[in-house]
Order: sequence, then structure tokens, then C-alpha cells
Amino acid sequence: MDAVVHFFQNFPYELLLIQTINGIVTGMILALVASGLTLIFGIMDVVNFAHGELFMLGAYVGIIVISSTGNFWLALVLSSLIVGILGAAIQVTTLRPLLGRDPLNTILATFGVSLILQNFALWQFGPVSRKIDQPVTTHFQLFYLQYPWYRILIAVLSAAMIGGLYAFLKYGKFGIWIRATTQDRVMAQAMGIPVPLVHTGVFALGAAMAAASGVLFGPLGSINHTMGLDWVLKAFIVVVVGGMGNLGGSILAAIFISLLEAYASIWVDPSQAVIVSFVVLILTLLFRPTGLFATPK
Amino acid sequence: MTRHTKIYWAGFAVVMAVLIVAPLVLPEFWRRFLTEVLIWGLLAMSSDLLIGYTGMISFGHSAFFGLGMYGAAAALLMFSPPNLWLAIGFGLVGAAGAALFVAYFSTRLRDIYFAITTLIFSQIFYVIIFTWTKVTGGENGLIFTRPHFSIPYLFDIRFTSTTLHWFVLAVVTGSYLILRRVTQSPFGMVLQSIRENETRTRAIGYPVQRYKIVSVMLSGIFAGLAGVLYAVQNEFAAPDFVYFVTSGDTVIFNVIGGIGTLVGPIVGAGFFQLLRELMSRIFGDQFPYLIPVGFIFIAMIIFLQQGLLGFARRWLNK
Repeated sequence: MDAVVHFFQNFPYELLLIQTINGIVTGMILALVASGLTLIFGIMDVVNFAHGELFMLGAYVGIIVISSTGNFWLALVLSSLIVGILGAAIQVTTLRPLLGRDPLNTILATFGVSLILQNFALWQFGPVSRKIDQPVTTHFQLFYLQYPWYRILIAVLSAAMIGGLYAFLKYGKFGIWIRATTQDRVMAQAMGIPVPLVHTGVFALGAAMAAASGVLFGPLGSINHTMGLDWVLKAFIVVVVGGMGNLGGSILAAIFISLLEAYASIWVDPSQAVIVSFVVLILTLLFRPTGLFATPK
Repeated sequence: MTRHTKIYWAGFAVVMAVLIVAPLVLPEFWRRFLTEVLIWGLLAMSSDLLIGYTGMISFGHSAFFGLGMYGAAAALLMFSPPNLWLAIGFGLVGAAGAALFVAYFSTRLRDIYFAITTLIFSQIFYVIIFTWTKVTGGENGLIFTRPHFSIPYLFDIRFTSTTLHWFVLAVVTGSYLILRRVTQSPFGMVLQSIRENETRTRAIGYPVQRYKIVSVMLSGIFAGLAGVLYAVQNEFAAPDFVYFVTSGDTVIFNVIGGIGTLVGPIVGAGFFQLLRELMSRIFGDQFPYLIPVGFIFIAMIIFLQQGLLGFARRWLNK
């Protein structure tokens, strides 16, 4: 009993709140990455293995733009645009020829793409990690901590982008095309929707979202050529836990897992906190293989 | 004996003869190179049982390879003098344990979900090995000495690079013959029927998940054997080999060499390593050889899905 009382008396409540905010911030970035992945999967049955590399490339393009113009927001826009175009090119050259084949072929092909992009980054930018300066340097007082506004801004921006995506899918003309293609590819084509264009557009959109999250994440951590794998792994976990192809589920799962990891890193090393998300994945596979937040069909 | 079996075993004998004589004529560097290709080939071949025969792509073979490696390391460090057979035993038990864990969870899912979960599970092992510094040596890995090739009371000889090559060749050939036998057995036929049509296989009455678990475990055990051989050859175990890159390479070997042929992945491993060696000799060490490899890989998936040995797939499986 004493031990329990002692635990609660010495419990770092302030730290818990700080980690809650940190968890939500990284969770929103992760949600942005995962929703691009989910979107691509939902439309084309393609698991984009190169998604993490698009994230990484987005961050690097951001660095280049910032170092030549000094403007972070311009970098955010330009990087999304450039990587989005790259995504369209990747889709046209490697995924379009595979349309109608076993989905396993597409995961292999995108793995090949990730190999090329990762080694291109290593070749061009070298193995040394880089960093993006925070565009907003003001802080506010949070207990004993000076908490940067930039982190709050990231969460808000990511939420806005995801909300924008949602509205676009719901009301935009192209968004309605996308949803129609998801429901029934053949029927959509019969109704005159240019399905190949929708596929390319969706891949470009997903790539642009990955790039945007890469730039946003830039000031929070170091950027190197291997960071893609960590992010794509996390995004995969999120997508499986949230229910494959379920946009709302993956957003919830992203925040859920990031919160758990943030709490875990109060007590253990951050590199070991990853194990928490693995445990969540295992439990999900055991008890709810269709995903924690899946809507029953 | 039919004409096919005659030609098949004649071809087998020729390839074996070449591989047996090779270390006697090759210089030291290429001798080691060839041995390493055989080890990577064994790893790729083990993965082919899943990709080519059961129709499941594993992106997590580094876990089995790595556990085999660290299992061997444990045996070689714990017992003095280091014993080869204990190393193999420990490595296989380690790999089988990892394979049981991965198989139990990931076979609940199919296709791409299986691929993703094997990747995630292999990463669990990587994180554990990388962070558990006290036992695994963390980032630095473990260093040990190569065991002797010995049978108690009979003989005890030191491995030279030539005898090690022959030993590796014997293990890889044995594994190939076992895996070939497995794929042609009724069990292997069920695996291939799962690849062709899982729902129908289940409808006929086969316990599909149990078959999948056994095939993942079998594949994991042979991958672990490759890990043991690699540890014995290079006298170290490092977390880099448990990392995703090893799994990725395994998949590349399979796709380049030709899935569903067992020997194709060995050819793929040889092709990959040779390409890498040639490119680093021509363009220098810093040359990102994986960029051209990536282009070849994608081109093969689009245009030459069967891989280098795909044309002989039917014939090799007869």
C-alpha cells in the first residue's frame, strides 16, 4: 500500500501534462503521414513502401528552399509541390504498369522506389544529420518549462490539413471522383471519371502530404536519409491499428499511439518507448485484427 | 529414370563440381566472396519458401537471420572451447523461437498485411538487440573466435577459408535438397495451393493457418542457419544484420533471381553481390550502387516478373 501511495505522491503530474501535449503534437504529424498512406491504399490497394522516403525527401527539399530563400512557409509549400510532382511521376512510371496485378507486386515496386530515393538522399546530402530552424521561436510558460509555440502551431496546421483533406474529399469535385473510384473502380470509369488520372492525383496528394509533414517535423528532430523507415513503420502500425483504409481510424490511432509512446518515455529511454507501439500492434492483432477503430460492417 | 531427372541431376552434379573446385582455383578474396554468396543464397532460398511457394512476402527475414547469428554468438562465447555444433544448435533454437513468435501473430493476416507485420516484428527484435547492451553488446555487437570443425573423439581441425567454403557448401546443398523435398511433398503441395487459392484450400478442409505457421517456422529456421554460417565465417554478430536492410536485400535476391525456384534466389544473391562489387571497383566505394539496383529491381517487377531463372521454374520444380 505504501508503495502505491508513494508512487502517486511523487507522480510527475506536470510531466504527464507536458507529455500529453508532446504526444498530441507528434500524433498529429503522424496522422498526416498515415492519412496519405491510407488514402493511397484505399483508392489503389497500393501499400506505399516509399511513403517514409517521400517524408524524408520533403524535409530535405525544405532545407534546400530554406537555405536559399530563408522562408519556412515558402519551403512548406514548395516542398509539398515538388514532392507531389515527383509522386505523380513515380505513380505513372512504376505503379501504372502494375495496375490489375497482385497487390504484392506494388509493395515490391514501391520498396524499389524507396531504395532509390533513400540512396539518392545519402548520395546527395551525405550521412550527417541536418536540422531546420524553427520559424516561430517564441515560447509560453508551461509549469517549469518554456514550451515553444511552434509545436502547438504544428498540431494546429496538421489538423487543418487533415480537415482540408476531409472537406476536399467530401465536397470537392475531384474528391467526389476519388470516393467514387474507391467504391467501385469499374463503375466509376463507366460514369466517365478518368480513373488513371484519379490514381495519379491521389498518389501525388499523398506524396505532398508526406512532404508537408516532413517539413513540419524538420525543426523537431534531426533529418537524415534513414528517417523514412522509422516513419513508415509507425505509419504502418497506425494504419493496421486504426483499420486499413479507414481515415478516421488512422487519425485516432496515430494520436493514441503517440500519446502512449510519450507517456512511456517518461520512464524509459525514447528508443525503447517504440516497443509500446509494437505491443499495441500485437494486442490489436490478437483481439481486434480488423483494427481498434474499425467500424463493424 | 526419366529424361528430366537425368538432366536435372547431371546439371546438379556439374554445378556442385564447379562449386567444390572453385575455392582451389580462386584467389582468397573471391573465395570468401563465393562463400558469402552461398550464405546469402541460403537466406534468400529460405525466404523463397514463403514468397514463391506459400505466396507470402516476408519483409522480416532479418529477425531470423539475426537471431541465428546471436544464438551462435551466445554458444561460442559461453562454451570453451567454442563448439560448432552447439553454435548451430543455439542459432537454430533462437531463430525458431523468433519464427514461432512472428508466425503466430502475422499469419493471422494476409498479403500486404502479412508483409507489413513481418517487417514490424523484425524491427521489434532489432530494437531489443540494439538497446539491450548488457547482453548483446548493443551497437558494437559481439566478437568471438571461429570454432573448429570437430567430431568428438574422431577429429578436430581448424577451418581454413577453403574448408569453410566446403562446409558452407555442404550445409547450403543439404538445405536445398531438404527444401526441394519439402516443396514436392504433400505438405509443399498444400502450401502451393494456399498460394493459388487460399479460400478454396480452406474450403477443402486444410487448416490453412497451421500450414502457414509451419511454413514460416521452416523458413525462419533455414534463415537462422544462414545467420549461424555468417557468424562463423565473419566471427562477429552485429545489430546491423537484424535491421531491415537485410530483409530488403533478401527480397531483392528473390525477385532478381526468380521466385519459386529455390536456386533462383542463390543466383539472385550472386548477381546482386557481383554487381555491387563491380560497381564499387569501377566507380569507387562511395558509389550508391543501390540506385541502379533499385532501377533493375523495378524494371524486373514490371517486365520480367519471373526473374532471371523464371524461364526454368516449371522444369526445376518437376
